[in-house]
Amino acid sequence: MYIKRVMAIVETKDLSFDYIRRDDEGNVSSVNRALNDVDLSVEKGEFIAILGGNGSGKSTLAKHINAILYPTEGYVLVDGENTSDETKTLSIRQKAGMIFQNPDNQIIGSIVEEDVGFGPENIGMPTKEIWERVEEALKILGMWEYRKHSPMRLSGGQKQRVAIAGVVAMHPKCIIMDEPTAMLDPVGRKDVIRAARALNDVEQVTVILITHYMEEVVYADRVFVMEHGNIRMTGTPREIFSRVEELEELRLNVPQATRLAYELKKRGLSELPDGILTEKELVAELCRLYSTI
Amino acid sequence: MLRELTLGQYYQTESRLHRLDPRVKLFGTIIFLISLFISQKPSCYVVATVFLICLIRLSNVPFGYMVRGMKAIVFIMMITVVFNLLFTPGETLVKLGVITITIQGLKNAIYTAIRLTYLILGSTLMTLTTTPNDLTDGLERGLGFLKIFKLPVHETATMMSIALRFIPILLEETDKIMKAQQARGADFESGGIIKRARAMVPLLVPLFVSAFRRANDLALAMEARCYNGGEGRTKMKPLVYKAWDKRAYVILIGYLVLVVLLGIFSPV
Repeated sequence: MYIKRVMAIVETKDLSFDYIRRDDEGNVSSVNRALNDVDLSVEKGEFIAILGGNGSGKSTLAKHINAILYPTEGYVLVDGENTSDETKTLSIRQKAGMIFQNPDNQIIGSIVEEDVGFGPENIGMPTKEIWERVEEALKILGMWEYRKHSPMRLSGGQKQRVAIAGVVAMHPKCIIMDEPTAMLDPVGRKDVIRAARALNDVEQVTVILITHYMEEVVYADRVFVMEHGNIRMTGTPREIFSRVEELEELRLNVPQATRLAYELKKRGLSELPDGILTEKELVAELCRLYSTI
Repeated sequence: MLRELTLGQYYQTESRLHRLDPRVKLFGTIIFLISLFISQKPSCYVVATVFLICLIRLSNVPFGYMVRGMKAIVFIMMITVVFNLLFTPGETLVKLGVITITIQGLKNAIYTAIRLTYLILGSTLMTLTTTPNDLTDGLERGLGFLKIFKLPVHETATMMSIALRFIPILLEETDKIMKAQQARGADFESGGIIKRARAMVPLLVPLFVSAFRRANDLALAMEARCYNGGEGRTKMKPLVYKAWDKRAYVILIGYLVLVVLLGIFSPV
């Protein structure tokens, strides 16, 4: 694997965020710390996965990168621009696109191509260029032949790809996906993850994928594991998944192949390496082991 | 019942009327509605009828499809007709006990029925040949001059097009909630009006909650995609008048002038 280190596209320093609940008179009734001193640096072109259970603060973190939420303490830099600076908000939102969980609630247009054109329209692009970008984005996501369809008639995975195309049409440097596959069937999930990987590989777009499906993490360059607003583990998927017990403490499941390798190892197959990620790898390792016996 | 209503629906086909600029169609609908109320002379109605028939033929929308949409409003029409028939003073035509039907009443009833029918056919024709998006675009551009009076034209148009997009989603959701409630023993079909209305409460509450949640999500998604109101926004499909649109304006004004002249000078 080659090293993609150029410069940080997303950087957070001592990032903390409080959800403040107020009662009817406007007095603060409770403060809920959702993020706690998060330091994070994402390089250009990386594929990052953020893992964490419910309420671990991963969605809150995502919303900070898109300048939807502003830090209570610390700062967030996107491509060198501070998200707390209101004059930079639009530029940041264009550079760091965001995909949400529910495909129905993020499609604005009533025809696929109109939805993809919504972002470019907002940033005041000339009509001709909007059309070029819509065509380009839909072709990248493989949805070009559906351009005249109503989003209602598409499957969940297709809708999510349309939503991604809508972000791609703005030529972002970074795409944050907040559990994009949580509401999809297995086929749709595969489609969306494949699209995210292709964007990262071919178009060199930085991808930050937030998920709780371990299988989707396998292809990431780096993984962050979050709990209670803190980043608890950082590393490559292989490093992370060799720490099975720690992950279980955080109530996260590991991929099936990793789990099986871990159990086999615990029961005596000590030659198996740590951090096996896929079924293929496991089979290869087992074959290697048994051919030597 | 909701599915039968063709008023406000779009009929997908290819025709001159479909391709017309939505602003022309909006203007045309208003002209046609005005023309119906200018005069009560039969000659005016003849002209309006010919005009309407021409438009319907031009639209390629099957006439049967349009008429089916009228069913939903037959009831309202019957009420107005009956009221006109019974409560217009004038020369007596028939007297049956307490009920008196006058010549003027009969005339009024017929004219009202024609007017209402044409009114609905005319506006249905517009929505049948214009996609909801074109329609809101047309409204936004056509009413753009109201911005001078600080009226939120762009915002209203955006709200309308989003509402139109969410109608099928919310209908689907209503269906889901209804089935979920029925599965737990809710009864939406029996009982009188009051009982049925009360049965709707457990349906409406979750529907509202989910609609608000959707609205919140959608607002976030729009903001994340740089939506910032109408200012500085460009159009992917800008409205541009073509030669045919200009001719259509001429025809519309000619039609209105003809009706006005007939209304003033025609003997019948």
